[in-house]
Amino acid sequence: MDITVNILLTIATAATPLLIAAIGELVVERSGVLNLGVEGMMIMGAVGGFGAGYLTGSPWIGLLAAIAMGAVFSLLFAVMTLSLATNQVATGLSLTLLGLGLSGMMGTSFVGQPGERLPNLYIPVLTDIPVVGRLLFGQDPIFYISIALTAAVMWFLFKTRTGLTLRSIGDSHTSAHALGIKVIRYRYLAVIFGGACAGLAGGHLSLVYTPQWVENMTAGRGWIALALVVFASWRPWRVLAGAYIFGAVWIGQLHAQAFGIPVPSQLLSSLPYLATVVVLVLISRNKRLTMMNTPASLGQPFVPDR
Amino acid sequence: MMRLELVKRPQRSMLFSALSPFIAFGLTIIAGAILFALLGVNPLTAFEIYFIEPISQVWQLHELAIKAAPLILIAVGLSVCYKANIWNIGAEGQFILGGIFGSIIPVLFPGFEGPLVLPLMLLFGMVGGAFYAAIPALLKTRFGTNEILTSLMLVYVAQLFLDWLVRGPWRDPQGHGFPQTIQFNDSAVLPELMPDAGRANWGFVFALVAAVLIWVLMSRLLKGFEVRVLGSSPRAGRFAGFGLSRMVFFAFLLSGALAGLAGISEVSGAIGQLQPVISPGYGFTAIIVAFLGRLNPLGIVAAGLVLALTYLGGEAVQSALGISDKVARVFQGMLLFFVLGCDTLIHYRIRLVGMALAKGAAKLDAAPKLKEAR
Repeated sequence: MDITVNILLTIATAATPLLIAAIGELVVERSGVLNLGVEGMMIMGAVGGFGAGYLTGSPWIGLLAAIAMGAVFSLLFAVMTLSLATNQVATGLSLTLLGLGLSGMMGTSFVGQPGERLPNLYIPVLTDIPVVGRLLFGQDPIFYISIALTAAVMWFLFKTRTGLTLRSIGDSHTSAHALGIKVIRYRYLAVIFGGACAGLAGGHLSLVYTPQWVENMTAGRGWIALALVVFASWRPWRVLAGAYIFGAVWIGQLHAQAFGIPVPSQLLSSLPYLATVVVLVLISRNKRLTMMNTPASLGQPFVPDR
Repeated sequence: MMRLELVKRPQRSMLFSALSPFIAFGLTIIAGAILFALLGVNPLTAFEIYFIEPISQVWQLHELAIKAAPLILIAVGLSVCYKANIWNIGAEGQFILGGIFGSIIPVLFPGFEGPLVLPLMLLFGMVGGAFYAAIPALLKTRFGTNEILTSLMLVYVAQLFLDWLVRGPWRDPQGHGFPQTIQFNDSAVLPELMPDAGRANWGFVFALVAAVLIWVLMSRLLKGFEVRVLGSSPRAGRFAGFGLSRMVFFAFLLSGALAGLAGISEVSGAIGQLQPVISPGYGFTAIIVAFLGRLNPLGIVAAGLVLALTYLGGEAVQSALGISDKVARVFQGMLLFFVLGCDTLIHYRIRLVGMALAKGAAKLDAAPKLKEAR
């Protein structure tokens, strides 16, 4: 029983960064912007979070720094694609490349240093309940943030007027503009929200998952988060499900390596990436589902006329 | 509070079209100076070490050519993809598969020697790269799967596959346990161009030839026209009878084959065996090269040399000033950012507008603008 609980806990820990980054990107894409820089914003959040936690000794300051780092870094993308109407695919790629380089440079002195870890929640009595206690009341704080964030985004997108406006911009920025909606302003806010989420996801990696700084420690998670949004056909609760499936794959392959299953460890390590490809193929086969949910103006630059 | 406003030009500006890479480079230098100053290094000293010292001697120019060759080879292939609005960003993986396929002969049949070995290796390398690029192409045409994500995911798979090969079945039994294959025999090594002067090998010639061929393809042949039409307006392309699926395959196979050729040239020329890591991110840096070269094969040759210099400069400042060689990646990233930003100037004029304080102010503001519009 204890083993099962432990495995479930590790799956949640692996799924949380994917979930947060994907939820952020979902809001960005719902507004009609495709930000391929998730990996870059995430790694900046990871290095910023680790650095601030390490220098101040407080993982909570690290957490805030990670969020701020992701948000500030995403602003670069926002200025380029929204104010200068650059190609979103190329700009997102360059954000990722810049983030990987910049984080490597900033983190040189952090390599090999012990980091600060965010403490797990502990509520006397409740956390001590057998089995469900630790699952419900004994996880790291970012886990709870991720669940609350998913619920909040669901509510915001589908139950509020502002959410409806955001979705309408994603479906047709020209119509939205004609109705007097400030398309660019909405998109700025969406992109910065996505950046803050990606930063938080990176912070989870360097403050909870493995409290240390390793170059390229995101290992493609930002890209998997992007794939999750497609997989979820732009629906928050499906992102949640997808993130936990991928968390399970990630943890499953680690456990398989630890048990010494007679399969090359490299093959096991490549499973999350292969699974991403397979899942993308399965979902894109269903043309109607994708067509119906894809924000219609996704990735197209918009220059308001006068 | 000021705000940027874009005003569409009646036609694209030839001036900024030619100038934008240079403006971008200038802005990168300024940002780089700030970066060095923040790191506590005199920017002038740093720039001399970064941009001038690495190319002040003949043998160093050869090193530059070694770094530039794979970048140019990959980037000219990618330029065809990007012109067609097809996003292959997995060139790094295709490069690795090219290196692996090309190494089949020298690793598994080390006794096979003679003049036939190299051409076969290069061919195998191209086949390997093209095969790997065919996967995202097939998934895109058959199932409509997004090629950006699939081609990128396959990079991680390729890296792990290479790692497994050189630690497992292909490891040199006499290699003292090091994760590497046997050293290639002499007939499997890409010859140096001028052995007396430096290490540059035939890979650089391949890159120049590829650039010229792709230039001919894009500017003189119907296929190049097809690429441009389908890229700028898929609907018009369909009416003209150009097949989008065929174009996806064409662009992916071409860019994959060139990335594969770059991979085997690097392995057989600069390295001489397979190792767990055979590329310092050439496949990703080549994306920057393609854009800095304005997706024009001849511009890409120049851009490839510039980006190769950022690699050499990164190594130079690391050894001379103790700054992380990641500074090279930062320079590359900034360069791409500025290029993309400057490209906006080709299609738009940029105006700074004071944020209107009230609606009345906006109306007052509108009158002179109307005049200007006329």
